[in-house]
Amino acid sequence: MTKNVKDEILHDHNHDGIDRRGFLKCMAWAGTGALCVMQGGVLKSYSLSRLSDLGGRAAATGELCFVQISDSHMGFNKPANPDVAGTLKAAVDKINGLSTAPEFLLHTGDISHLSKPEEFDTVDQILKATGKEVFFVPGEHDVLNDDGAQFRERYGRGAKGAGWYSFEKKGVHFIGLVNVMNLKAGGLGTLGHEQLEWLEDDVKHLKSSTPIVVFAHIPLWTVYPEWGWGTDDSGQALAYLKKFGSVTVLNGHIHQTMQKVEGNVTFHTACSTAFPQPQPGKADSPGPMKVPAEQLRSVLGITDVNYVRGQHALAVVDSSLA
Amino acid sequence: MRRRVWILALAAPVIAAAALLASGARSVTASAGQAPASSAEVKIDNFSFGPTTLTVAPGTTVTWTNRDDIPHTVVSDDKVFKSKVLDTDEKFSFTFTKPGTYGYFCSIHPKMTGKVVVQ
Repeated sequence: MTKNVKDEILHDHNHDGIDRRGFLKCMAWAGTGALCVMQGGVLKSYSLSRLSDLGGRAAATGELCFVQISDSHMGFNKPANPDVAGTLKAAVDKINGLSTAPEFLLHTGDISHLSKPEEFDTVDQILKATGKEVFFVPGEHDVLNDDGAQFRERYGRGAKGAGWYSFEKKGVHFIGLVNVMNLKAGGLGTLGHEQLEWLEDDVKHLKSSTPIVVFAHIPLWTVYPEWGWGTDDSGQALAYLKKFGSVTVLNGHIHQTMQKVEGNVTFHTACSTAFPQPQPGKADSPGPMKVPAEQLRSVLGITDVNYVRGQHALAVVDSSLA
Repeated sequence: MRRRVWILALAAPVIAAAALLASGARSVTASAGQAPASSAEVKIDNFSFGPTTLTVAPGTTVTWTNRDDIPHTVVSDDKVFKSKVLDTDEKFSFTFTKPGTYGYFCSIHPKMTGKVVVQ
């Protein structure tokens, strides 16, 4: 497998947000995360697996670097990945090996698989090795049985409602949203009225030049509603962010990378550190996908997600496996 | 809870009798095999409930079994019943005493919906 292939942007002719190569590339970087670099108010994200190629170039020129990881599913032990602790540790090793240390980490949910205290404990222990502050939002697997009480106790950080909050880092306004609570039969992810009101108020007084990063577990754009990969009231949330020149939305949940650009808003989804899920509609269900073990753990340089500005409804940044 | 709920997968035949008795303490020796109409199964496979619509007689105990690698729940639309999270191969049972249509879904993956018709 060579990794000296120039990245390219492939337009998505099927308008489904992913192609076969994008799918394959993603399978091979389970176990990694994404390094995000804010440059001139524009966010770029890079797979940790590609950073040896990029050298310090990407990170050194940025104003703000942080890492997004997602969907650790600690406690999962099925054939798709019997060692989710091992793959999370691999992600941590990558983070610790970065030439420019990230300021902090974002974890976009599904920290645990079954909301068990020991699962959260294990993740906390493993992430401690980064020495970095970690900002969390819950996935649906983190709020099982107790409506998220345990999650808020562990990661609440003075958060509002079900655990939403915002903070500033180097002039960038970060907003952590919760869209995995009170899900309705037949529906998608939900933010809810109370959270939307809070969001409107939270951004009201910000200058329109403030770069915004929104992070939440379930995609805030409709990736594939048949599998619940979207959020029913995300349109309202995005309406409150219309005035801003740079909005980046980071999500997890679907265990594969995708990207979409709409006006000033760029949407990214991250891969899981645990197991891949199938391409939308290309399997009977979105259940865990079993791939050869050596491929799962492989961190060869194959993914590099870049910010894309443009008119395209959907664009996937891809690098070849060939 | 508004009503009393029995979750006794092996004691389904008892339920009808017990419902008629305030104490419910009467000894009943009948086995489940003698009353085939009194229990039914729903399998959770590939993020779906099968059968999607299940029709049963009043007094039937329905047991859901999660056969996916991912946890699911069984939650009634009207909060009549609600399982804990079911990991792989875990089960949840509920006995339907009153005729009606009971819509339900997985609260983790709400696109997963099903229905039990009691008539």
